[in-house]
Amino acid sequence: MKLTLKVWRQQGPNDKGGFATYQVEANEHMSFLEMLDVLNQQLIEKKEEPVAFDHDCREGICGACSMVINGQPHGPMQKTTTCQLHMRHFKDGDTIYIEPFRAQAFPVVKDLVVDRSAFDRIIQAGGYISVDTGQAQDGNAILIPKETASEAFDAATCIGCGACVAACPNASAMLFVSAKISHLALLPQGKIEASRRVQRMVKQMDEEGFGRCSNVTACEAECPKGISVSHIARMNREFLKSVFGAPEAV
Amino acid sequence: MKQLDGHIPPGPLKEKWTTYRSTMPLVAPNNKLRLDIIVVGTGLAGASAAASLAELGYNVKVFTFHDSPRRAHSIAAQGGINAAKNYKNDGDSVWRLFYDTIKGGDYRSREANVYRLAEVSANIIDQAVAQGVPFAREYGGYLDNRSFGGVQVKRTFYARGQTGQQLLLGAYQALSRQVSLGKVELYHRHEMLDVVLVDGKARGIIARNLLTGELERHAAHAVVLATGGYGNVFYLSTNAMNSNVTAAWRAVRRGAYMANPCFTQIHPTCIPQSGEYQSKLTLMSESLRNDGRVWVPKKVEDAEAIRKGLKTALDIPEEDRDYYLERMYPAFGNLVPRDVASRAAKRVCDEGRGVSPTGKAVFLDFATAIERYGQSKAHAFGIHQPDAATIRRLGEQVVEEKYGNLFEMYEKITGENPYKVPMKIYPAVHYTMGGLWVDYNLQTNIPGLFAIGECNFSDHGANRLGASALMQGLADGYFVLPYTIGVFLSNEIRTPRIATDLPEFEQTEQEVRTRLESLMQIGGSQSVESFHRRLGKIMWEYCGMARNAEGLRKGIQLIRELRKAFYKDVFIPGSMDEFNPELEKAHRVADFLELGELMCIDALHRNESCGGHFREEYQTEDGEALRNDEEYAYVAAWEWTDINQDPVLHKEPLVFENVELKTRSYK
Ligand SMILES: Cc1cc2nc3c(=O)[nH]c(=O)nc-3n(C[C@H](O)[C@H](O)[C@H](O)COP(=O)(O)OP(=O)(O)OC[C@H]3O[C@@H](n4cnc5c(N)ncnc54)[C@H](O)[C@@H]3O)c2cc1C
Ligand code: SF4
Ligand code: FES
Repeated sequence: MKLTLKVWRQQGPNDKGGFATYQVEANEHMSFLEMLDVLNQQLIEKKEEPVAFDHDCREGICGACSMVINGQPHGPMQKTTTCQLHMRHFKDGDTIYIEPFRAQAFPVVKDLVVDRSAFDRIIQAGGYISVDTGQAQDGNAILIPKETASEAFDAATCIGCGACVAACPNASAMLFVSAKISHLALLPQGKIEASRRVQRMVKQMDEEGFGRCSNVTACEAECPKGISVSHIARMNREFLKSVFGAPEAV
Repeated sequence: MKQLDGHIPPGPLKEKWTTYRSTMPLVAPNNKLRLDIIVVGTGLAGASAAASLAELGYNVKVFTFHDSPRRAHSIAAQGGINAAKNYKNDGDSVWRLFYDTIKGGDYRSREANVYRLAEVSANIIDQAVAQGVPFAREYGGYLDNRSFGGVQVKRTFYARGQTGQQLLLGAYQALSRQVSLGKVELYHRHEMLDVVLVDGKARGIIARNLLTGELERHAAHAVVLATGGYGNVFYLSTNAMNSNVTAAWRAVRRGAYMANPCFTQIHPTCIPQSGEYQSKLTLMSESLRNDGRVWVPKKVEDAEAIRKGLKTALDIPEEDRDYYLERMYPAFGNLVPRDVASRAAKRVCDEGRGVSPTGKAVFLDFATAIERYGQSKAHAFGIHQPDAATIRRLGEQVVEEKYGNLFEMYEKITGENPYKVPMKIYPAVHYTMGGLWVDYNLQTNIPGLFAIGECNFSDHGANRLGASALMQGLADGYFVLPYTIGVFLSNEIRTPRIATDLPEFEQTEQEVRTRLESLMQIGGSQSVESFHRRLGKIMWEYCGMARNAEGLRKGIQLIRELRKAFYKDVFIPGSMDEFNPELEKAHRVADFLELGELMCIDALHRNESCGGHFREEYQTEDGEALRNDEEYAYVAAWEWTDINQDPVLHKEPLVFENVELKTRSYK
């Protein structure tokens, strides 16, 4: 299939950037990133600079790939990362727009690569259980109902890609943050620090310049792991509990 | 040639680690505060080590070329992690895990290391649970287990098909906590390009800030490499695209020994290659062999008809199917170890019975499991005489619960629904047992330079058992290195902070700069990618699933020619003073071009077959690997000399005091 690509090119964070147009020949078995590999080989043959994009596992699990395809983070298929998107979902003659994830808290590094270290700083603020190596008791000493483990697991499958932020008109990081809050708050091991955790993580989220949540729920629709907005509701409950319950010095 | 000493502590196997740990020199808490450690890598091994070392009080600097520690390749591990908990009451024990691992590795690993690994395995599960890792549970709330290849007990803990992700997030969170406490300094998008030696000890690294291209000097009292495996030397593998050998290889170029580099694991169940543009291969977890049955048609005609699209798997009646693993290995059936399963797949495909258009695929079929689970679930629901559709529906539900994400991934890639038609799979490069040589303390032959996780050679011999890499990475990082590094550091408590303006730093930085400049200056016309692909083809053809002396010699020749071509004609766009992914790749491929040759040399020198190393000249009558314990029961550790000279072989003899060397049998 012959495709026309309109790709966002931007030299660096301070460059204005703009779309460049390329023609590329693909086939339906390729993944979207393999199609971009083909484009990059063409560019290199012409001694031009290839399009920079983040990627690594190409299996939908590392969360590195990050681009907006025809206006949608990770493209048109639900619950699918860009690297897992295959060209059979496009057709001959299509024009495809490819842009970076856009958010104030995710500055562009180059072309389609953005800096998502704000997510790391939110986790550093409190997205953990405080246990040192060697302190743990036997794994089966903490019984956890199958359903609870399974719900915590669902929240824990967030890959930290940032599509939720890119999808949100306010560039809010609520889905990402709430997934971690929920994962840990659901488990008995995580309950002890729950209020401290939610307060610190929310504070850090605000400091990083992410927007407020106004219940648009575009995040859930675009999340490649199907993280549910019900976690945002749980996070809000946890937050209120932490404010009106025993106050914590943050 | 030197005889290498693994520094294995004396005493009976079962007491070695406990006694050693209890009597080794310690670093007092106030002294730890004055010692700096560099950890390169934030996968399971690196993240767990960095967090644990910081908890102990050391000052840690941690480096990753990824944009976040959470993206390390460990994130992609699917199936599970082993531990000798014996929660299933099925006869598991530390001894059995030890024995299975030694035997699975075809008697090419160190007894003492493997026993220690088995001993600490149980603590890993406890630690992970405490961190909030949501392992699968049974209805009673207890931890669930499944089986993996090469064993007859259920000792694998799992979190659906995303065990690596959940364990890595646990370690990443522990690391993040230490970052917030100021005990760990995190350098993301920083690639280590060399190690700096001062008076023969590892005292720092040169790292390139990938965002700006700037070269930076970082100093410490000790350096830990946790930089993963080198499977990508084959270009196509199940490893993440950016996994590479550079950190380990640069250590080799500074004098560290590379051990058993030819021991590569080819994993039997991967999605077959579909075209030339393909960038990587996708694993279908070994856990699927718990329930999937592997088969090909008995008749070549049937296989041909399938290849041409005239028939499908469903058209082949039961009596015309060859469930070859069950037939050849009745005791272990579909759960034979990986090397055995991979070779068997190659054999049936070479016989013309492969089932994809390329002829390189076998079926992995879940119909029997769906039927069995459906029956049992219907029974549990009290449905008497359920019809076939009900059984199927219920059975598919159970299979989805166990392997949902893998089935989904398969369908996304191939466009076929594995609940309805069997999967097609073929072996692919997956893991490297070889790596930096380390002693019992996980220290390389360079004092102060440690290697943990997949980047060392330590525990898996010539073949790794499924679900044991996660175990080893976390054992090294949480429970072994934090102790053993103290043996070295206890002699360094009077060493003041290492300065980065020492001439050694100056010189190493200059060498790195020159190397990068000379790559940029080639200004040829062929892409880095095209060289990498060609190297991969040579490696797969001559140093892949089956090897022979003639082929290996040819491989070496071809790699040398390719390397010359690379330095004459590679093209790297952009400059070295900016974010430049092509330059990163070029430097990694340059190192792969040297490693590949060493792998062939190692494979050529080992005149035996063992585990993943199958030399066609050395096989039994029925095509099984033929070991030569008389001559090759040793670790081959290679010392780099010069690009135009052969490397020097050093041997560490493997002494087996507790297990008897036997021919591995899974029949
Ligand atoms: C698809 C797949 C599935 C698997 N499933 C299982 C399983 O179910 N069970 C199991 O036990 N094993 C499994 N394995 C194997 C296992 O995942 C790996 O062996 C293990 O995760 C390796 O961990 P590591 O910490 O040693 O290295 P990695 O996770 O590879 O981490 C390497 C780290 O080093 C950094 N790094 C590397 N070089 C440099 C440099 N020069 N400068 C700076 N940083 C650098 C990287 O950024 C990264 O952070 C699987 C492997 C694959 C490919
Ligand atoms: S919540 Fe979903 S979209 Fe957001 S970071 Fe996690 S996986 Fe990505
Ligand atoms: S490349 Fe890892 S999720 Fe897409």
